[in-house]
Amino acid sequence: MKKTGAQVLCEGLIHHGVEKIFGIPGGAILPLYGTLSEYPELDHILVRHEQGASHAADGFSRITGKTGVCFATSGPGATNLITGMATAMMDSSPMIAITGQVSRPGIGKDSFQEIDITGASLPVTKHNYLVMSADEIPRVLKEAFIIANTGRPGPVLIDIPRDVFTEQFDFDNKFWEEEIEILGYKPPKFAENSKIDKALKLIEESKKPVILAGHGIIISKAYNELVELAESAQIPVITTLLGISSFPENHVLSLSFPGMHGVAWASLALDQADLVIAIGSRFDDRITGDTSRFATKSKKIHIDIDPAEINKNIEVDVALIGNAKDIMKQMLPKLKKKTHIEWINHIEKLKEEHPSLKLKKSPDLTGQYVIKSLSDETEGKSVIVTGVGQHQMWAAQHYSYCSQNSWISSGGLGTMGFEVPAALGAKVGAPDKNVWSIAGDGGFQMTLCELATIVENNIKVKFALLNNNHLGMITQWQGMFFNEDYQANAYTANPDFVKLANAYGMKALSVDNNEDVRPAIREANSHDGPFLIDFKIKKEENVFPMIPSGQSVNELLEEPIDGSN
Amino acid sequence: MVATNTGTRTVIALVENKAGVLARICGLFRRQGFNIASLAVGRSEIKGLSRMTFVVEGPEEVVRLVAAKLDRLIEVVEVEDISDLDHVYREMVLIKVSADNEKRGEILQLSNIFNVKTVDVGSDQMTIETTGESNEIESLLELLEPYGIIEVMRTGRVAVLKSNE
Repeated sequence: MKKTGAQVLCEGLIHHGVEKIFGIPGGAILPLYGTLSEYPELDHILVRHEQGASHAADGFSRITGKTGVCFATSGPGATNLITGMATAMMDSSPMIAITGQVSRPGIGKDSFQEIDITGASLPVTKHNYLVMSADEIPRVLKEAFIIANTGRPGPVLIDIPRDVFTEQFDFDNKFWEEEIEILGYKPPKFAENSKIDKALKLIEESKKPVILAGHGIIISKAYNELVELAESAQIPVITTLLGISSFPENHVLSLSFPGMHGVAWASLALDQADLVIAIGSRFDDRITGDTSRFATKSKKIHIDIDPAEINKNIEVDVALIGNAKDIMKQMLPKLKKKTHIEWINHIEKLKEEHPSLKLKKSPDLTGQYVIKSLSDETEGKSVIVTGVGQHQMWAAQHYSYCSQNSWISSGGLGTMGFEVPAALGAKVGAPDKNVWSIAGDGGFQMTLCELATIVENNIKVKFALLNNNHLGMITQWQGMFFNEDYQANAYTANPDFVKLANAYGMKALSVDNNEDVRPAIREANSHDGPFLIDFKIKKEENVFPMIPSGQSVNELLEEPIDGSN
Repeated sequence: MVATNTGTRTVIALVENKAGVLARICGLFRRQGFNIASLAVGRSEIKGLSRMTFVVEGPEEVVRLVAAKLDRLIEVVEVEDISDLDHVYREMVLIKVSADNEKRGEILQLSNIFNVKTVDVGSDQMTIETTGESNEIESLLELLEPYGIIEVMRTGRVAVLKSNE
């Protein structure tokens, strides 16, 4: 039967289970939009900026585990997706971006709104395609879904010229049921048994082991295997920043996260351990600091699906290449039960000696207090979405993540502005979950146009805006490392965020003291719709603990407790 | 990673013969600031697949990382850094050299040692061809230098593992 490229594309999306698409139309992609009305199964959410479309698709992917989809037109539409694709690439989030391209005869002629997006997106996509004939669409789409969401997930861009959308060709729907093989793409699944045995032997011999659980646990949904591994061999679990919510933080073996702004006991335990079992994590520089001084007393087991991660940052003793869940399933039946009473008691002592999460008494409102209150009010069960900066670190530290996959943050790329559209996407993906976007006034203003999308579609996201009228982390670094030479760090003309939210048609409250924090959070939680709280927090507040960039745990800075500063 | 052991590395890759593959591969070298010293591409024995031989100058550890990232590319089927494995390689060169009637015989005699073929002869210049390892080609160029080299066109290196590897 003859169909157009656009029709086959829509049918392919439906076949792959797509229900939500985030996007904005433009000239080159209009033929695709012109086909959408034939496919009511596809719910298109009109965002206000293409960057928002890409982050929303990312947020949707991270909460559902499914591949998020976004649409943009050629030229500026496509380039506006770049930051979102780079964010997804760094954090291994599955995404398919479909961009319109100028018609085939116009390619290479600097046509209106022409950009070589497959060229421009090379370093920020797992793979990309320029489709020069409509009959390539089915195969490309099928490959794209496989590539985006198997192995180490990532974004795939498909660039389709305007006249390819409208080109007709004979297409048989049976193609969707066929298995395809992608020659050069074979994600590893199981590790060699001899290596598994070697890893088990290291675990058996260790007296001071820790697990470093990364995003790979969440991606492979290996929550239960992680708990079983930790409990059977009594191994404390440190999560990486993106591994937060892979292991319940109310579990007795949970040590929270280490590194630059991680809790002191996690960084110290990592340093003092005799065995580090890194699972689905990549020894990021925010964790290791100076790699030559990182966890030098330990042997290392590295479980990762990406062979390129092995020995990239840290040399390891045993590398198990494959899906984290599958590899743990290989290990668990042979794992001997163990206890490490002395080691765990030692870590308990570290927690007492270094109470990193103890709140200072402060007459002024602080970000830490707001997050702790939010954690208590929501019993650690909300989905928290953040941008990047002080608010992100406080949210990572002071919220107690007790439900699986409840932390969505731009870890690798560190994208300010992620928090608004990613929360939108997460709420669309998980409408039954309570989604809180914790934002700083810097990042929030980078993408706040999506408030319109949120209100238009009644996407019930709650915003906790930690507003200090500053780029907080910049202020902190300039204070600590640039001789207090403060430059370009203050926002002296912030809008009235309550009025701003109201202008978009969103309910909002302003809070400037400790007493009003919890009532405001309760009001937001009970409101059946999106809600913003503008928390006017103290300006001069740093994130501690801190291991300065490129340093080690020996240079860990802790904050004086109980307001003695 | 602290870079040590900088030198010339030879990497071979089996890749799909498609538009854009070379750009993807080169992008990964470019990102590390590597210069590709030479590159040879040609069809392999398998339909639809090409073999590439790269010679890059960079620290061994970083080349290994790039090779691992190359392997991650969808269109790269196999990749191997063969520098430390037993392999043979050849380069080919076309040399256009000044050669009047008087000098032509001399050049040909000289060239015999190097397994040289004459591919074109003009009234005052000639073009010769040879294959060999880099140092053999360098020596030939040195010998021809006094006669006046007009143009040199060298291919990249092509390499293959020895049978017992």
